[in-house]
Amino acid sequence: MALDELKIGGMGASRRRVEDNRFIRGKGRYVDDVVLPGMLHMEILRSPVAHARIKSIDTSAAWEVPGVRLVLTGETMAARNLAWMPTLSYDTQAVLATDKVRFQGQEVAAVIADDPYVAKDACSKIVVEYEQLPVIVNPIQAQDPASPLIRDDKANQTSNKVFDWEIGDQAATDAAFAQADVISEVDLHYPRSHPSPLEPCGSIADYDRSTGKLTVYMTTQAPHIVRAAVAMVAELPEQMIRIISPDLGGGFGNKVPIYPGYVISILASILTERPVKWIEDRTGNLISTGFGRDVYLKGQLALRKDGRILGMRMHTVSDHGAFYADAQPTKFKIGLMHSTFACYDIPAAHLVSEGWYTNKAPGGVAYRCSFRVTEAMFFQERMIQNAAYDLGMDQAEFRRINLVKDDMFPYRTAFGFLTDSGQYQKCLDLGLEAIGYSTFKQEQEEARKRGKLLGIGISTMTEPLGAGNSREYDIIGIKMFDSAELRVHMTGKAILRTGAKTQGQGHETTWAQIVAHELGIPAEDITVEEGDTDTAPFGMGTYASRSTPVAGAAVAMVSRKIRAKARKIAAHLLEVSEEDIEWELGRFYVRGNNERGVTIQDCALAAYSNVPDGLEPGLENNAYYDPPNLTWPFAAYICKVEVDPETGVWDVLKFVAVDDCGVRINPMIVEGQIMGGLTEAYAMASMQYITFDEEGNCIGANFMDYLLPTAWETPGYELYEVVTPCPHHPIGAKGIGECATVGGPAAFVNAVVDALQHTGVRNIDMPMMPNRVYQALTTGKNVSGMPPVLAG
Amino acid sequence: MYPSRFAYDAPKSLAEAIAILDRNGGEAKVLAGGQSLVPMLKLRFAAPERIVDINALPGLDYHRLDPDGTLRIGALCRHEDLEYSTILPGAFPTLAEAAALIADPIIRTRGTFVGSVCHADPQGDWAATMIALGGRIVAMGPKGRREIEMRDFVLGPFTNALAYNEIAVEAVIPAARGTARGGYLKLERRVGDFATASVAVALDMSGDTVTRAGAAMAGVGGRTIDANEAMSVLVGKTLTEESIAAAAKAVAAAADPRTDHRGDLEYKRHIVSTFVTRILTKIASTEQKAA
Ligand SMILES: Cc1cc2nc3c(=O)[nH]c(=O)nc-3n(C[C@H](O)[C@H](O)[C@H](O)COP(=O)(O)OP(=O)(O)OC[C@H]3O[C@@H](n4cnc5c(N)ncnc54)[C@H](O)[C@@H]3O)c2cc1C
Repeated sequence: MALDELKIGGMGASRRRVEDNRFIRGKGRYVDDVVLPGMLHMEILRSPVAHARIKSIDTSAAWEVPGVRLVLTGETMAARNLAWMPTLSYDTQAVLATDKVRFQGQEVAAVIADDPYVAKDACSKIVVEYEQLPVIVNPIQAQDPASPLIRDDKANQTSNKVFDWEIGDQAATDAAFAQADVISEVDLHYPRSHPSPLEPCGSIADYDRSTGKLTVYMTTQAPHIVRAAVAMVAELPEQMIRIISPDLGGGFGNKVPIYPGYVISILASILTERPVKWIEDRTGNLISTGFGRDVYLKGQLALRKDGRILGMRMHTVSDHGAFYADAQPTKFKIGLMHSTFACYDIPAAHLVSEGWYTNKAPGGVAYRCSFRVTEAMFFQERMIQNAAYDLGMDQAEFRRINLVKDDMFPYRTAFGFLTDSGQYQKCLDLGLEAIGYSTFKQEQEEARKRGKLLGIGISTMTEPLGAGNSREYDIIGIKMFDSAELRVHMTGKAILRTGAKTQGQGHETTWAQIVAHELGIPAEDITVEEGDTDTAPFGMGTYASRSTPVAGAAVAMVSRKIRAKARKIAAHLLEVSEEDIEWELGRFYVRGNNERGVTIQDCALAAYSNVPDGLEPGLENNAYYDPPNLTWPFAAYICKVEVDPETGVWDVLKFVAVDDCGVRINPMIVEGQIMGGLTEAYAMASMQYITFDEEGNCIGANFMDYLLPTAWETPGYELYEVVTPCPHHPIGAKGIGECATVGGPAAFVNAVVDALQHTGVRNIDMPMMPNRVYQALTTGKNVSGMPPVLAG
Repeated sequence: MYPSRFAYDAPKSLAEAIAILDRNGGEAKVLAGGQSLVPMLKLRFAAPERIVDINALPGLDYHRLDPDGTLRIGALCRHEDLEYSTILPGAFPTLAEAAALIADPIIRTRGTFVGSVCHADPQGDWAATMIALGGRIVAMGPKGRREIEMRDFVLGPFTNALAYNEIAVEAVIPAARGTARGGYLKLERRVGDFATASVAVALDMSGDTVTRAGAAMAGVGGRTIDANEAMSVLVGKTLTEESIAAAAKAVAAAADPRTDHRGDLEYKRHIVSTFVTRILTKIASTEQKAA
């Protein structure tokens, strides 16, 4: 008599997303939809130049514009000790510039007015006198000892270096290289990209002087971190701060950092005693908020003739822009770059990383990846492919030889991560079969006769998703666990809140499915709420694919606590001892007598109406979950392309994705995450970068220059699944939100490079625009995409 | 979107629209599909005092053929109307091929052919087809009607030959003498992108001989590039590998591209030459099949 789990929308049900009901009707409630009585509007004046000393700022004409209530500059902020703020990586960032502007688009002044038109008009009346300084747009320039010092505001800063960091065993790695038959080398740049959520950032700060309460509606993926940060920076009592993150139009990591606009709107509300709304425009979002990537790699693999990798060296040089504002666990300077090669059995490895300041926007956010894992896996798979070429070995066979085998788990990587499960070989074989690998050479020959070049690119990878555990992972000292709170009402309906924050991932749907799985309450009877720090339990938010691994686990755990209490109530109702109670989905029954039972709803009613002696009334609880390890999904992405040698244009003929993310809660949502991620991967591989000219002008400041693919050119994907449950997660799930964005780009690039392999070309930096592919083809040389580029 | 403040009119007649433009002495701007003007307003690159929305003007949403085959495109004919036109494919293949390559499907529902030509964007596709086909623009102003040859219409990037008080009411494109052949190819980074390079080719053919040859390009110069003269190497010839190569070379030489992040100038020239070759080769093979 147990319930049919799929019918109640439990685990494995491809339940339609409940949130879509409002989204597709245009009834979502985003920050910009919130209108408060007496609300003012804020506009930010940004620097038109990338590096300049501010000689003077004249705001008098702006104050004159009718409807203007307040004009703020760095000076006004400084008077309240708010001209600078701390970043998530223990650096400082200017809120409004005082001394210099350090990148194009930096916040210089703000106007608060009765309506946004007036605010914008008045901004154009502010006169700023700049004295231009030499500009640095890549870390190679920054390394030059003669280069101008960007961070002259910092007392002990004598160069443009941000950090040096290293990990691994250098001596063992050197020894491995000494034994190598072949050393394979790669030099490349993972260009700066931008997460570009369709909704830009914004906030409405509402300080109520009579109560002392500050309410801020904010586009944030991590409302609790923001509350803590605001409490510390603005020195306001934490209980008097309420951060509400309403519906978010995407985040992709862009909405993790704390931006100057938020801080300025808060001060503006305190000063005007009115709600102040700030909504960034598209250009503001693209040129000033958290970017992703911008890392250079020198990679080397020590290889034995038989195909074994003996050792790996990586040297990364990363461009952090003007302020080191990466959102990442405190311990690591370049995120989880050292998770690279986690799916391969490599005895020795050494990673050296250096970070540099440049005159570009700060960021280094995890754009749909678990802290630089995208770069780590891209570098890995580019190195793997070239190693196969250098050995003269089939690229699939080369992977097969080096992948960690099923019987090797738990496997400790050379950099110390512990991977715990997977069937790598099986995923790869499934993908090869689907793409038609065995007949590819023949197909390639036939295409040559038509004047086309075919290539196959493979990308296999496992990535660390779901930070914490709290032993190793924290952000500005706050440990990375997560939480869930479940209240089951008298009628058996429930409300669930977590410390995560959905931005399109579908938490309102999937969390209810986990509760349905654990308690047998139909998913449609469960409301899910997130994002309000006054009501949601404390949590670290949603990014790094951590929601299901951490908050999702907390949802299962809190459900189990509820079930444990309901069991006591069931025993009371059935008049037997607790030990004699059995559970099946949705009900308790007396052992040996399945007929005699009570439903979870019966227990809920009794929790409020017929509580056994000695038991607290009510049926609610919370759980804080600190995962024992990261989760390690695996993916094999295989792409087949056709290159037109006359133009350099390439088309995807077929793309196969095999994902093993453990147990799938809602397969439809999982597939949506994979397709979306692959599309972002395709975008980066084919058309998308935020680049700069010599003067530091951002090329990619709007959607005509920074390209998002449309349904038109996006290739179709064939999806396959393999399920290896996560051994430590309560429902066996692993992260999936980012796998495709992380593993996807290398599949596309490897495919195009494979098509050009006969020319000797080993690398084309992304985006592989037709002109770059054509250049590689006609010169037989690698193509570098390092800025500066020529504007136009 | 927070443009500068502007006044807005939506006149119901052409005369009224012209009168408003006239009264405002250059401070008013016509709004057709808005697909170029609105982005400019948004970015505050344009800040006209007054917008004269012509979408309510009656009887301008046509495209039709005169008895002699001349094509007339009214000022409110949308890109999409041309994309789905049943008239264009046989008689004006160049236009038929270009229509589906303008912007993206959403923009095509609103943007107009005439508005695009008026906008005179060096990367605009329709202006290139107009030049290759030898079209002209019909303008109406306080002093009445005048016709402006396309080659005289675009004065430079984003500047046309209309007076401030004139409205372009129609584009006129003469019919081919003989068989109309042509094509349009565009290199773009994604749908909705302006051309990195695009080429319009329009031929009149008598049997297998070319009697008139037109070509123009977008994206490869500071303005729409008129390559009609270069293309005239084909006149009196049949389409052979040799004549095609000569035309491709001549048209590519007429291009005036700049090196930028979409590619260096040699690459863009090479694309032009490849596109001319491809269009002409395709025409040649169609001719062969027809023969
Ligand atoms: C994202 C995007 C992508 C695009 N991609 C392409 C592309 O790939 N290829 C391409 O060719 N175009 C492209 N466009 C531009 C598009 O084709 C526009 O529709 C076209 O350029 C302008 O036509 P419109 O009717 O929208 O004119 P509007 O925007 O209304 O006006 C444009 C200008 O012309 C003037 N004007 C308009 N009509 C008249 C008239 N009848 N008389 C006098 N003056 C007039 C206006 O005053 C204004 O100065 C794109 C636009 C966008 C937003």
